Amino acid sequence: MDLKNKLVVSASPHDRTHKTVRSIMLDVIIALVPALIASVVFFGPRALLIECIAVGTCVIFEYASRVFMKREQTVGDLSAVITGLLLAFNLPVSIPLWMVPIGSAVAIVVAKQFFGGIGQNFVNPALIGRIVLLTSFPVAMSTWTAPLTWSKQALDGMTSASPLADIHTMVSTGVTPDASLTEMLLGWRAGCLGETCAIAIIIGGLYLIIRKVISPTIPLIYLGTVALFMLVAGKGDLSFVAYELLGGGLMLGAFFMATDYTTSPITFKGKIIFAIGCGLVTSVIRIFGNLPEGVSYSIILMNILVPLIENITLPKPFGTPKKEKKEKEAKKS
Amino acid sequence: MGKIHVPGVIKAVKKVRGGVKVNHHKNTADLEVVRMPEPKQVILPMQQHIGAPCTPTVKVGDTVAVGQVIGDSDKPVSAPIHASVSGTVTAIGNVKLPGGAMVQGVTIESDGEMRLYEGIEAPHVETKEDFVKAIRASGLVGLGGAGFPTHIKLNAPSKIDTLIINAAECEPYITVDYRECIENSWDIYSGIRTIMEFLEIPNVVIAVEDNKPEAFKILEQIVDGDSSAGGAIKIMQLESRYPQGAEKMMIQSATGRQLPPGKLPSDIGCMVMNVASTAFISRYLKTGKPLVSRSLTVDGLAIKEPKNVRVPIGTSISDIIDFCGGFKEDPVKIIAGGPMMGVAITDLDHPLSKSNNALLAFSEKDAKVFKETDCIRCGRCASACPISLVPTRIVRNTKAKDADALVKDGVMVCMECGSCAYSCPAKKPLVQHMRLAKALVREAGAK
Repeated sequence: MDLKNKLVVSASPHDRTHKTVRSIMLDVIIALVPALIASVVFFGPRALLIECIAVGTCVIFEYASRVFMKREQTVGDLSAVITGLLLAFNLPVSIPLWMVPIGSAVAIVVAKQFFGGIGQNFVNPALIGRIVLLTSFPVAMSTWTAPLTWSKQALDGMTSASPLADIHTMVSTGVTPDASLTEMLLGWRAGCLGETCAIAIIIGGLYLIIRKVISPTIPLIYLGTVALFMLVAGKGDLSFVAYELLGGGLMLGAFFMATDYTTSPITFKGKIIFAIGCGLVTSVIRIFGNLPEGVSYSIILMNILVPLIENITLPKPFGTPKKEKKEKEAKKS
Repeated sequence: MGKIHVPGVIKAVKKVRGGVKVNHHKNTADLEVVRMPEPKQVILPMQQHIGAPCTPTVKVGDTVAVGQVIGDSDKPVSAPIHASVSGTVTAIGNVKLPGGAMVQGVTIESDGEMRLYEGIEAPHVETKEDFVKAIRASGLVGLGGAGFPTHIKLNAPSKIDTLIINAAECEPYITVDYRECIENSWDIYSGIRTIMEFLEIPNVVIAVEDNKPEAFKILEQIVDGDSSAGGAIKIMQLESRYPQGAEKMMIQSATGRQLPPGKLPSDIGCMVMNVASTAFISRYLKTGKPLVSRSLTVDGLAIKEPKNVRVPIGTSISDIIDFCGGFKEDPVKIIAGGPMMGVAITDLDHPLSKSNNALLAFSEKDAKVFKETDCIRCGRCASACPISLVPTRIVRNTKAKDADALVKDGVMVCMECGSCAYSCPAKKPLVQHMRLAKALVREAGAK
């Protein structure tokens, strides 16, 4: 049989893992499903509508950007679906629907495709989308709806304060927030769509850790740093620490945003520094800042520092002598 | 895990970082090595080892016998080449090696007699010098795949304190080293004792992966049964994880030492020998028959009858495949060596060389031709790298042609084990990038 010019020739290795970028992204989407269900349970069909609009527009923007830029089509890798879901999870249920595509456009077109598409963005696209919406439409983005009121009354009548503002002052005023800790854990509180149900987020996070999509390093150290900081700030009040951990977008941020491959360090030491940085900035904004929430800003700030963190945390190649030795040798010669 | 308290059995002193859990595909593990009838013709390339190529010492028309030297070199790093069949030299010309390089090759038409060369007799060995000289004459090179001339290894100027016998066989599919442990365990043991004696090596570690319990058991029985070794020989059970069998990893597992870049194992007191090479040494000292044949695994979904087969060196790949029943379906990829570090070949006329331990014919199903996508910076390449490199960074610096940065990234330490590319979900040809990076650094250094 003549096999000339028929055989595939490629560099080794000739066996590959079955995992692909698409399969990893699909795992992340699966991990986001519990939080998606929780958002619909607590905030009603409008939550699902917002999520559909966000995902739909993100996918359309991704597709259109690639066509417009005459680049290879990458919409099939499913990363735009994740960006859409995460963006929607960071929006309140009462947001005017026309604002959602603006967030999608900023996330996909500006933050991601302007920089070259998947793997090239230096900040988390969904978070940039959220921050642009928050600074452009501060009122719409900070109008909170009490959970499980969607079936009873019209939405606009049932606004509620974000419990996070109450939490920050609970130690000084002595007033406990409206929601109990159990309610906080279950997601029975006002907040953005996907951030309230801590249990659902943790289930998703555990799924990602078990499937080895993410390592537990960043979420654990991020949450741990916030817990430590709050323990000191709350003068040892453990319920304050628990409220801070469960409040706002911390859980969502720690498991799904700070662990984004593209915008977090590759090196193990780098991950630790990155996570501690996220924790410190989040805590400082929460306790000392004017804003009630600091998760988005802290992650974005640390995203920008990733190249620097990686540069100083590169592992030493196998067998290379320790630094002092090298310097000694250099001095000798 | 903790139940092993048998003296002589040890665990890795220092575990290997990273690596990948590969599918082992040790389908041929239970197949005894069968001898292939001699082919009509063999082509013996003059370069089957790391080092200087040999020059033919025969002319077209010469009659040669099995074991007769047909190529040699006066350069220190080289190994002579012997006729693997008896017959007539019909051509001396260029042959293409699997990697694409052209070298001189001697073609011998077999007379079908497999007549042994008269000059063959067991070498007289009394001192280390005799031993090294005899091994040079045997033409032995590392049979595990690297092909480094063994006599150079044995003649290291520094004192060796640990001899490591590599029976890890971490490459998927390949089972010839395993078969060597089962079928020729006494040859391996006597080879070890010989090396220990002539080189005065106080410690020996035989390394086996834990997916080969039978080989482990047999070697353990032999080691335990001989009290004269005085506990100097230990068996190390390694986790079955690629690339445990790489030389640098072996040394680290057995002694905890890390081989510095650019150094030889002997510089840190170690010597790593493949099991098949060790067994060959003992057979050679008994019979004086040089390296004229070797065992290899023939497997892959496109092969009709996968086999472990002993083949005269220089036999063409198509003859070997014919002996294994030919193809079951159209092969998509044919690999000389294992799937992790082997070379994909372009045609079947290549001759089998001394260091070739497997021949795999992959069908559409196991060839796994993936489409490359964009890097998502997931870092799997960096976690998989057993020598702590960050491959995605090296790719960037290669594209930027920044040789200084590449040296700092440690690319020259890379042993091209393929763990990074194996684990890459974007299917980047990372090993190819590493090779490009190394070429770039060499080029910059030459300027």
